[in-house]
Amino acid sequence: MVEEIGTTEQGDLIINVGPQHPATHGVLHLVITLNGETVKKVEPHLGYIHRSIEKMCESLSYRQFIYSTSRMDYLSSHINNHGCALAVEKALQLEVPGRAQVIRVLMDELTRIASHVLWWGAMAMDIGAFTPFFHAFREREMINDIMEETCGARLTMNYMVPGGVMFDLHPNFYGRVKAFIRQFHKKLPEYDELVTGNTIFRSRTRGVGVLSKEDAISYGCSGPTARASGVDCDIRKLFPYEGYGKLQFEQPLATEGDTYDRYMVRMHEMRQSLSILEQLIDNIPEGDFQAKTKAVLKLPKGEFYSRVETARGEFGVYIVSEGGTTPYRIKYRSPGFSNLSALDHVVRGQKIGDLVAIMGSFDLVIPDIDR
Amino acid sequence: MWSFAALADLIHEELNAQLDPSWVLAVEMILVGLSAIGLFALLGLVLVLMERKVSAFMQIRLGPNRVGPAGLLQTLADTLKLLVKEGITPNGVDRLMFNGAPFIAMIAAMLLLAPIAFARDFQIWDLNIGVLYVSAVSSLNVIAILMAGWSSNNKYSLLGAMRSGAQIVSYELSAGLSVLTIVVLAGSLQMSEIVASQADGWWVFKGHVPALLAFVIFLIAATAETNRAPFDLSEAESELTAGFHTEYSGMKFALFFLAEYINVFIVCAIGATLFLGGWMPLHIGHWAGFNQVMDWIPSSIWFFGKTFFLIFVIMWFRWTFPRLRIDQLLDLEWKYLLPIGMVNILLVTAVAILGWHF
Repeated sequence: MVEEIGTTEQGDLIINVGPQHPATHGVLHLVITLNGETVKKVEPHLGYIHRSIEKMCESLSYRQFIYSTSRMDYLSSHINNHGCALAVEKALQLEVPGRAQVIRVLMDELTRIASHVLWWGAMAMDIGAFTPFFHAFREREMINDIMEETCGARLTMNYMVPGGVMFDLHPNFYGRVKAFIRQFHKKLPEYDELVTGNTIFRSRTRGVGVLSKEDAISYGCSGPTARASGVDCDIRKLFPYEGYGKLQFEQPLATEGDTYDRYMVRMHEMRQSLSILEQLIDNIPEGDFQAKTKAVLKLPKGEFYSRVETARGEFGVYIVSEGGTTPYRIKYRSPGFSNLSALDHVVRGQKIGDLVAIMGSFDLVIPDIDR
Repeated sequence: MWSFAALADLIHEELNAQLDPSWVLAVEMILVGLSAIGLFALLGLVLVLMERKVSAFMQIRLGPNRVGPAGLLQTLADTLKLLVKEGITPNGVDRLMFNGAPFIAMIAAMLLLAPIAFARDFQIWDLNIGVLYVSAVSSLNVIAILMAGWSSNNKYSLLGAMRSGAQIVSYELSAGLSVLTIVVLAGSLQMSEIVASQADGWWVFKGHVPALLAFVIFLIAATAETNRAPFDLSEAESELTAGFHTEYSGMKFALFFLAEYINVFIVCAIGATLFLGGWMPLHIGHWAGFNQVMDWIPSSIWFFGKTFFLIFVIMWFRWTFPRLRIDQLLDLEWKYLLPIGMVNILLVTAVAILGWHF
């Protein structure tokens, strides 16, 4: 009995995965149509955590609206804030001091590692191994402690402001980051031993959920998800911002586009971020950590767009200004939304267990999708 | 030396002095039943705590450490909580099957305690087909899981139960074949005789490659039969929330939970009995002194030590490996383990006939 994948007929099992389900990492609701164990169709339902952040931003000043973006992709809150700050700076044509630029890059890369580490644990948990999650949190804790000292927060940082960063680095910062680099160099091979080299893990991920290069482009995927399919899309390389152009790092690319490749691309990215940290930690220039700005920012009339590479992909900020102290309209381009749209295409014909693994490899953060 | 057997004999004599023989039998049966229930509860408490401590150790955590000294009373508190919780029967379930399933799971697990030799001369029921009895009764567990999954009126439960059915039925073959390996070597189905045949060395050492191979297959099949990771597809948390017991709560859930741990204990006890010599101490050739020291350790400690070692290994699997997918799970059994097991049994027959084992 061969049934067409992607259709619903009588006798199919329709299951609601979510909005409360251990595999969705948040309030995502997937309506999946099953034929036995095989997934025929997946329909994501959004809106459970919609907070209308874009609308709210219209009534917030150019200093305030940045803070709401920490609540979107909470795992790369620094990078979201960074994108917004860049857009405002672009509009005001502000020059960011060298020290602030380096601090921003350091924070971005620490955030990227923290996010990928958490993803690594969560993905292993999706595939059924619980222990990696706790090992991942050991390293994530170190980063959170570093953040807490300098930014005063562990999750929603609100550290990047137009013109630089909010505070100078904490004196402990250098020592702690160096300790983290040492620790992470030691622990990364352990990660590979525990998960990457595992036969069960490889057989669960190899050739599963293949996203071709053409599909990745047409669905608008970005970040590691697209790079695993061979799409050259790292904003840090293509449109360098904050001195990323001067740094030595590689953009890991894979060709297969399966779950294993998405996994490996993120694992390599952690190594690249680590090498960026190593390059910068001893070369933080002296100087101001914030440019001199007016207390109330007023953007000129016009449209401004900036983009940054978050841990999940391309994050875009589009500001329409009418010349006042608040934006006329704000649109965020969040990577999670586009990546999620490819899920149905990728998952069709796979097993339920694969659905969970593929979702894990997409690294979805639901508040990022819903905003 | 003090032993369980002496205690049993003492009780038997005391009762005989007081009552007439038919009453003695009735009282002894009740006593045995009560001690089986007691052992069931105690093992449940110990194993749940052990699992939590082992997982904490693997995951660089402390584990439960608030209730009682070093958290020893944690599972007792948990059990108390589950006992006083409301046992919810959702609307639209098949009430008889839904409420009956946990009891079948528990009874199947308790029946399996009967033929296990816990110490020297200490066994509830030394029946002459002990191994066969164990294989037969252990497959009752799948009925409880299928009942629970079908009657719950929940799609997750149904999927979990169907997976579990396919899994247990498949892996029983491998488990059976690996057990048969030892039956061929020992020449008996009776637990006490299998243990006695290992007086001069455990089968896993004596039986050359076939016994070692059978031991590995047995460990894999035992893990799969008890629905534990990496074969925990029937309750795959990230996929099916809780699988076949999604709709269960309170004590009904606790019975499933306890039955799972008792099943783990039993398969490990069977493994220890068949492959690691049961309560037989470790003897090395002609080292008289060493052997004497080993003999001095009580037989029950040997038995429980070996069993808990195997339990630790199974827990180790759980907290290290990712989960297999359903088709890979069945591939592993039908394409690899079963053919290997079949060849292995031919091999072991040759070994037994030619007398190549020690």
